[in-house]
Amino acid sequence: MLRYTVRRLLQLVAVMAVLSLLLFAWLRALPGGPVSALLGDRATEEARRNLRAQLGLDQPIIVQYLKFLGRALSGDFGTSTGVQTGDSAVEIFLQRFPATLELSVIALVIAVAVGIPLGYMAARKRDSLFDNMSVVSSLIGVAVPVFFLAYLLKFVFAEKLGWLPDSGRQAGDIDATRVTGFFILDGLLTREWDAALSAFTHLILPAVALATIPFAVVFRITRAAVLDVLNEDYVRTARSKGLTAPVIRGRHVLRNAMLPVVTTIGLQTGGLLAGAILTEKVFAYPGLGQALALSFEKRDFPVLQMLVLCAAMVYVLVNLAVDLSYAVIDPRVRTQ
Amino acid sequence: MALGSVRKDRIDALAETANTPEEDSGVSLAASAWRRLRRNPVFLIGAGIIVVFIVVAILSPWLAPHDPADRSLVDQVIKARNQIPAPQEGHPLGGDDQGRDLFSRLLVGSQQTLLVGVLATLLGLAGGLVLGTLAGALAGWVDSLVMRAVDVMLAVPGILLAVSIAALFAKPNLYTLIVAVAMVQVPVFARLLRGSMLAQRASDHVLAARALGVRPRAIVFRHMLPNALGPVIVQSTLVLAIAIIDAAALSFLGLGNPDDKRPEWGTMLASAQGVIDSHPHLAFLPAACIIVVALGFTLVGESMRDALDPKNRR
Repeated sequence: MLRYTVRRLLQLVAVMAVLSLLLFAWLRALPGGPVSALLGDRATEEARRNLRAQLGLDQPIIVQYLKFLGRALSGDFGTSTGVQTGDSAVEIFLQRFPATLELSVIALVIAVAVGIPLGYMAARKRDSLFDNMSVVSSLIGVAVPVFFLAYLLKFVFAEKLGWLPDSGRQAGDIDATRVTGFFILDGLLTREWDAALSAFTHLILPAVALATIPFAVVFRITRAAVLDVLNEDYVRTARSKGLTAPVIRGRHVLRNAMLPVVTTIGLQTGGLLAGAILTEKVFAYPGLGQALALSFEKRDFPVLQMLVLCAAMVYVLVNLAVDLSYAVIDPRVRTQ
Repeated sequence: MALGSVRKDRIDALAETANTPEEDSGVSLAASAWRRLRRNPVFLIGAGIIVVFIVVAILSPWLAPHDPADRSLVDQVIKARNQIPAPQEGHPLGGDDQGRDLFSRLLVGSQQTLLVGVLATLLGLAGGLVLGTLAGALAGWVDSLVMRAVDVMLAVPGILLAVSIAALFAKPNLYTLIVAVAMVQVPVFARLLRGSMLAQRASDHVLAARALGVRPRAIVFRHMLPNALGPVIVQSTLVLAIAIIDAAALSFLGLGNPDDKRPEWGTMLASAQGVIDSHPHLAFLPAACIIVVALGFTLVGESMRDALDPKNRR
């Protein structure tokens, strides 16, 4: 187990190294580039040359890369040139990471808490009206563009009905104490209930929008997995030896059906940051996704580079965690 | 197990369906799959949507009552009062915020959506086909090299990769959009095809062909590749839906086709953002079109995948 984990971590380092090199070369190849983005199209040739020298862009690309790598390893990803000009990329990341994590966790909780029970029930009542309706709605869930759903939710619940706030992380007039950067948690820790509540209401709409695709996928995989397991001999055996329904459900059906479901949840977790680009933009939610969309617009290379690398790293790490969690769920994997 | 194995497992599971041994039912897998598909309402609904969509897209220049770029109703647009042309005779859905006939724009927009979806899928398929065939046919170090490259690409979540590629071009247009959407699918197709090629390699008919002295190139192109394509075709249908949605998302982020004369649903939806409060139908109608078409391709793809799954054989 330990050797396996170490080997996987080494592979992670290799993938990140290759990815960072590709990303680096790629961003340098962008037409316009950072100089045009900073100075605009009308700048004089001399001003351009000065800025290039200042940014170190006049050196050979491999030198630039090695310098970048050296600084990156010591935690310095450069200074933002557009998203929050002047702040360091790492600062921006640290500032916004709790926001996106909070959003992703709630979205994932919604997807799992609704997807697994619905999937189980749909499988138990296969081909019933309930089953067919759930399958169709999960298919629609995949076909709806996330950003459009976000708009729809915002339009109906924030603008027409006015039940929930339409943007941001917390009402502006609340002077909340910051402890961890997780606004709900902060509110609870400092007993500023109104702050926690405000943060929570701001989270509902974006989280629901972000949760649709993971929900649809978790639902379908759960349904398929439970259907597979229900046909197994050991379930029939369990039933014929008179085990109670909750025991069959918990120990025999769900436990065995969870393996592909956990895989799927992991996969969806990795994709949440990508979905957050669209959702956070619609709700003007100050997280990593919004920073990423902004960094593309403003060609803010330091921020862009760091965020794409982080997204890839999270994605790969989550996959690793999923593979390791197999051992917990499935004892057969442990003994191999 | 390699990195990102989760996503790969799913691709590989689909690839395995390429090498399902024929059972003694006397009917080939494809034939029995088709027999089940014909009676499957999900498949029929999806296929119906696709047929209508394609026919409309092809005939739209003749079906559209007006030129989609013609601002014939522009005198009814009053910016200050946020007023747009209402539905009226000859303009069943009224006009958009530029005074163009909305109905015609929706009809003609189907062309661009079809074009982006099909071209992006074909391009992704072509890239994946080359890489996957190389890896699956040559094996050895070529295989390792290609698959490691594919692993790195799969390590970046899909839409993020598409956005990165689209941002690479200074001036986004229809073709940069297609390339960005297609590139995301290349590693998926490559891995899928490699998997089913490897399954073919081990099969008896390839062994027989080799024993008969068939040239390696003929084995790859006449014996392995045609038999490995089944899962790839299923995946293409699903990818078409993803491509259409991804293209809409890129348009939303301002990386789509800015050409105003050629309406496209994603761009229409994106440009309606500003007026969504007062005129929601400007956003909802193109969105509904995208959803229905994407759903059509998803329904067909999913039901084909189920039908080809040997576990469902009856």
